[in-house]
Amino acid sequence: MGTRLLSGLELAHRLERVMPGVVVEAVPEWVEVSPQAVVDVGRFLRDDPELEMNFLSCLTAVDLLDHFEVVYHLQSLRHNHLMVLKAKLWERESPELPSVASVWPGAHLQEREAYDLMGIRFRGHPDLRRLFLWEGFPGHPLRKDWLGMPGQRMPGLETFPGEPEWRGEGRG
Amino acid sequence: MVGEPLVINVGPQHPSTHGVFRLKLTLDGERILDCEMVMGYLHRSMEKLAEERTWTQNIPFTDRTDYLSAMTGNLAYCLAVEKLAGIPVPPRAHWIRTIMAELQRFASHCMAIGTFVNDCGAWHTPLLYMMREREKVLDLFELACGARLTTNYMRIGGVARDLPPEFLPRLRELVKELPQRIAEYEELLVENEIIVARARGIGVLSAEQAIAYSVSGPMLRGSGVAWDLRKANPYAAYEQVEFDIPVGVHGDCYDRFLVRLAEMRQSVRILEQALDMIPSGPVQTPVPLALRPPPGEAYGRIESPRGELGFYVVSDGGPSPFRFHIRSPSLINLTPLPEMVRGLTVPDAIITLGSIDIVVGEVDR
Amino acid sequence: MTLLDSWWDLRDLGHAVAAFLEWLGDRGVPSWLPYLVSTLVGLMALLLWALLSQLFFIWAERRLLARIQVRLGPNRAGPFGLLQPVADALKVLSKEMITPRGADKVLFWLAPIGVVVPAIVALGVIPFGQRMVLADLNVGLLFIVAVSSTATLFVFLAGWGSANKYSLLGAMRSVAMLISYEVVQVLALLAVAVFVGSIRLGDIVSWQGRYNTWLIFLQPLGLLGFLIASSVEVNRTPSDIAEAESEIVAGYHTEYGGIRWGMFQMAEYIAGFVVAATVAVLWLGGWTLWGLEEWVPGWLIFLIKLYGVFFLFIWLRGTLPRLRIDQLMGFAWKFLLPLMLLNVLLAGLEMVVWKETEAPAEVVLPIWAVGNIAIGVGLVVGWALLMGHLRPRNRPARSLLVREVGQIYYRPLEEV
Repeated sequence: MGTRLLSGLELAHRLERVMPGVVVEAVPEWVEVSPQAVVDVGRFLRDDPELEMNFLSCLTAVDLLDHFEVVYHLQSLRHNHLMVLKAKLWERESPELPSVASVWPGAHLQEREAYDLMGIRFRGHPDLRRLFLWEGFPGHPLRKDWLGMPGQRMPGLETFPGEPEWRGEGRG
Repeated sequence: MVGEPLVINVGPQHPSTHGVFRLKLTLDGERILDCEMVMGYLHRSMEKLAEERTWTQNIPFTDRTDYLSAMTGNLAYCLAVEKLAGIPVPPRAHWIRTIMAELQRFASHCMAIGTFVNDCGAWHTPLLYMMREREKVLDLFELACGARLTTNYMRIGGVARDLPPEFLPRLRELVKELPQRIAEYEELLVENEIIVARARGIGVLSAEQAIAYSVSGPMLRGSGVAWDLRKANPYAAYEQVEFDIPVGVHGDCYDRFLVRLAEMRQSVRILEQALDMIPSGPVQTPVPLALRPPPGEAYGRIESPRGELGFYVVSDGGPSPFRFHIRSPSLINLTPLPEMVRGLTVPDAIITLGSIDIVVGEVDR
Repeated sequence: MTLLDSWWDLRDLGHAVAAFLEWLGDRGVPSWLPYLVSTLVGLMALLLWALLSQLFFIWAERRLLARIQVRLGPNRAGPFGLLQPVADALKVLSKEMITPRGADKVLFWLAPIGVVVPAIVALGVIPFGQRMVLADLNVGLLFIVAVSSTATLFVFLAGWGSANKYSLLGAMRSVAMLISYEVVQVLALLAVAVFVGSIRLGDIVSWQGRYNTWLIFLQPLGLLGFLIASSVEVNRTPSDIAEAESEIVAGYHTEYGGIRWGMFQMAEYIAGFVVAATVAVLWLGGWTLWGLEEWVPGWLIFLIKLYGVFFLFIWLRGTLPRLRIDQLMGFAWKFLLPLMLLNVLLAGLEMVVWKETEAPAEVVLPIWAVGNIAIGVGLVVGWALLMGHLRPRNRPARSLLVREVGQIYYRPLEEV
């Protein structure tokens, strides 16, 4: 019993057969595809009767300092299996990849969230605006370099954006 | 007559938005032409804050995302970290977690149904009836962990402390009492013609749409998709208990409401079994305070009262998460809301929102 | 004519006032003075009664609702919390009155004042006891309907003047409701008028006293229609859609605070009293109680009936959810209106038969009562089944219980 995690290696084989050159890396836990191909890959994964990944369980992005990783957790409700799809973006300033909202409409808000907090642009998203923060908020807070706090890995800004310069000793 | 459409803001301060959530409705008379959701009024940036705290220190955050269902938040996070670090959990802790999660589901559905009927226009009577039972559940939580709402009870590798000796007898009393209460609600609410008239055929979400929009929990089941992570991917002690998955047929507000009510019955059923099957033994695997899971990632998910609550955690081997993402059912269940309310009237939009049962703490995090 | 045959005639306050006026007249004062005095006394008495009743019912409503909702309700201020409404009133009086910047100042200011006037004016024709009526109009019934419906105008002014979209929606709903339910209300009253042959409220009461029967037995359908229609017009749940707290915040009085809001509240209560009083007069025999009015003050009997009817509104509020506006409109036009038309027809036929056969009332009235109740129940149940319950989509349901994940049980509602 339980949801089966599909092996990334097996998936990579399957993907290579249909779309050669699309897989960048594959390990047992996940499979990484080229960012520009996520929509095609997603459509294939969704429509293939043996995979039928019709439920986008979770879409999120991770800032790995030198690159961004967009992670898709895909679930098949009929076959009860799960797979992890990744796409790596090596662009730091304006990372961009196609939106999968046309494949799984459930990505709509999750992509907006990733855009808002991580600053990843999803090309072709029907309504790509900030979700939680207001338009014009400086920066994308979930990036590691967004705010320098003690113990932060990459010191960046000294104060919150928009906050007046603090004077005197210590904060507060 | 041709006129300008009327734009009204439902929220952020409104009796029926269950928190600070805002719906921007474009109306033609009472009919909704368009609906836009505006959120973020309760955004606390938990995902960022969590990167500054140790793995154990993050547990209180999971209380405060879905503050009506703190136990399940704890559980999902602990499962994710245990998966990441490969920490075993003793059987008694599994059972305690199951009991707590089901009690929490009951309490949370009490609120969901009560506020839904309130949105239908009942003047607080069903809500206060539901509160009566929820109170008893919260008393049990208080007994177990000293807190009623933000419980912070689960720990990585088990639960914080064993149940006090009077907990199980009191739970047994409660479980004996609840079925007749649920029967009372069914009589009072399910057969209420006004509720049928108000909620039947409103906010319809077909099964295909529901799956495509990634909605989960009672909303997915209300649309007729038999999907419950407790069955599909059993965690804690769910593999050993018997229960049914309530499924709606038409995917409207009434079905979602029925599914919740039936789930309350199933929760009681699980609790009854758990009372008989809970073993004795330790409740926690010793875990170092500054836990350093090996580099890697894990996605732990459970069936929370609102749907699939997932925690995607990434570790770089440090004492705090490198990335801490909450897959919150409340947020993702909102995705199809504009589709669902388009063409309906304002009161319909209100009850549709009520039937989705969002907790803004979890929407905004 | 001597009014006070014996001292216990004083039990009816109307007698006392009349005796006082007679005494004044005997003293040779100008003829307008008794009129003035009686008007002032009546007006003061009415206002005092309305305000005290309202205060009492604020408390009673909160306590009763609390009892319905398994809680205690206000119990701190004074014994049993009886002083709670006083505290509420003081709070309301001392609050700041805010006028929104975009509001139409004149209308915004006028509406809360105007909205209580119709309610109080309508009280003037209600016979509280045999002589306890401020103005015994021969068109009392019409007067009540005509005056109380003008309150909607001020509700609309409030909604329009507030420059708030919720208020506007509430006001529009209120007007739409008035148009639908006024028809039903008038038809329900018409059947009573057909039966009694008069629209003077005093005549209707004495008719019921003469035949020792209440019109509730002869006109059950009319009462049902009137109660529903009036509960819509005075904005009580399940039809408080003009206020609809969970949808449009507070409808037309969203922007009002302080005593202006208090005025709306007062208007709502007093309008509720007028409705309850109308029901008590028309269907429950007014101040008569099968001869007991000889011994018990008539106003006491009347007030007990009135409060009983008002209690019904509170009970409904604690029990029922709210309907949607189109459902409520449909209910008026598709359900109540045909029933009320049939009811008027029935009343007319019965009166004609009675007049033609000249049968004694003791025979005819019981037959009509049994017949009308049977017809009423039959019509309501039959019509309701036809309109709603027989359709599968309107039937209560239960969710399916399944054991396996992965299957899809969805069926569109249209296929049912």
